[in-house]
Amino acid sequence: MDKEGPTALERFINGVLPENPIYRQLLGMCPTLAVTNAMKPAVTMAAATAFVLICSNIMVSLIRRLLKPHLRILVFTLTIATFVTIADRFLAAYVYDMSKQLGPYVPLIIVNCLIISRAEICASKQGLAVATADGIGMSLGFGLGLASIATVRELLGSGTWFGIHVLPAGWPNWGIMALPPGAFVTLGLLLAVVEWGTRRRAATGIWRTVRMLWSWRHSPASSSSS
Amino acid sequence: METLTGLILIFISAALINNFVLHYFVGICPFLGVSRRVDTAFGMGCAVTFVISISTMLNWMFTSFILRPGAPLPAWVWRTAGGNPQTQLDLSVLSYIIYIFVIASSVQFVEMYVRKFSPPLYKSFGVFLPLITTNCAILFASLEVLKHMQDPANLWSLPQALTLALGGGIGFTLAISLMAGIREELDLCDVPRPLRGAGIALIVAGIMAMAFMGFTGVEKGVETALTSLLR
Repeated sequence: MDKEGPTALERFINGVLPENPIYRQLLGMCPTLAVTNAMKPAVTMAAATAFVLICSNIMVSLIRRLLKPHLRILVFTLTIATFVTIADRFLAAYVYDMSKQLGPYVPLIIVNCLIISRAEICASKQGLAVATADGIGMSLGFGLGLASIATVRELLGSGTWFGIHVLPAGWPNWGIMALPPGAFVTLGLLLAVVEWGTRRRAATGIWRTVRMLWSWRHSPASSSSS
Repeated sequence: METLTGLILIFISAALINNFVLHYFVGICPFLGVSRRVDTAFGMGCAVTFVISISTMLNWMFTSFILRPGAPLPAWVWRTAGGNPQTQLDLSVLSYIIYIFVIASSVQFVEMYVRKFSPPLYKSFGVFLPLITTNCAILFASLEVLKHMQDPANLWSLPQALTLALGGGIGFTLAISLMAGIREELDLCDVPRPLRGAGIALIVAGIMAMAFMGFTGVEKGVETALTSLLR
């Protein structure tokens, strides 16, 4: 019998926001910082990671009864490495330029702590359906995290989003956002924003805050004072 | 003399200009996780430098004899088995699996060896060893070496690969120790509540990355200085 654990739906929802891999668990920081200078590489990276994560969750879940405790990490790593090789060859075959641009970060998915931690925490203990749902949820959460950072960096760094000009033509491109320091600072500030948001929601409820702001905007006191 | 200059340039490039943590973002997990105190951070840095050198050396051997395009061992097997000797074999599709296997097992062996033969050393950095298997920096060094093994006419030798690994490891140690020093001071500061923990650490890392960007272009000056010195 499988051990008791969260159901598939709980796993799925947990992965997207409450246990978001990037903002809540701080896992997989290396691609998070390295490939988020624009949306396209970030989305490609998220897709490759999702493929590897879901496949390795399925595979580990299928073989969970055969795992020996002292060899399990090695088995996880080799499983992940196999799927990463598939993803890497696929990218090199169909989107060669993107594969060149991502460079060593595609093979580095192997050592992404997110995937190995999901194999250890969820897939090696629970059944196929739960593991798949967990993989999909976590991949979505990871993709959202990457996309949010990439949006900020691409908008501020070059005024574009997916290569389409969004900001007005006179926008001075913040070159630093495309460089390593921009990655660190953006992620640090976004972490703070998420932390601040959850704290406030826990304290007062975000809708109460919104309603409070709304009523303050429209109250006679504020309009008369302004 | 040219090789020596080349080695020094590889070292400076890996340790300072393209610092593994602050330029390539590999090894961020321990960089954020184990940088609360200077002595543990330094221990982690030493453990990484040690393992990165050993595993890069092993991986260089695997790459140069088995994995790279036109490697001798598969070619020999192919000829013995009666294949066409004109065919160029390329086993580099297997490289990721072999690399991670070599890294995982070398970490295991290093841990066993150090525990048996040098208990004080084990005490100082043995606890970090299992963590290192999933450290991107180790795999990244091997991948960088693989990149330089693609062209059969211009292969990296073992000293070059080792220098890259050592430079990367020492650069990692430098970055994580600096970070730990700053974070020890940060404990005394009044950091805004949402930024506490990882947030402020990342912003500090950003400023450090900006400082390390100042090394860009240093290699040109070092190269001229070295060539005039060694001539």
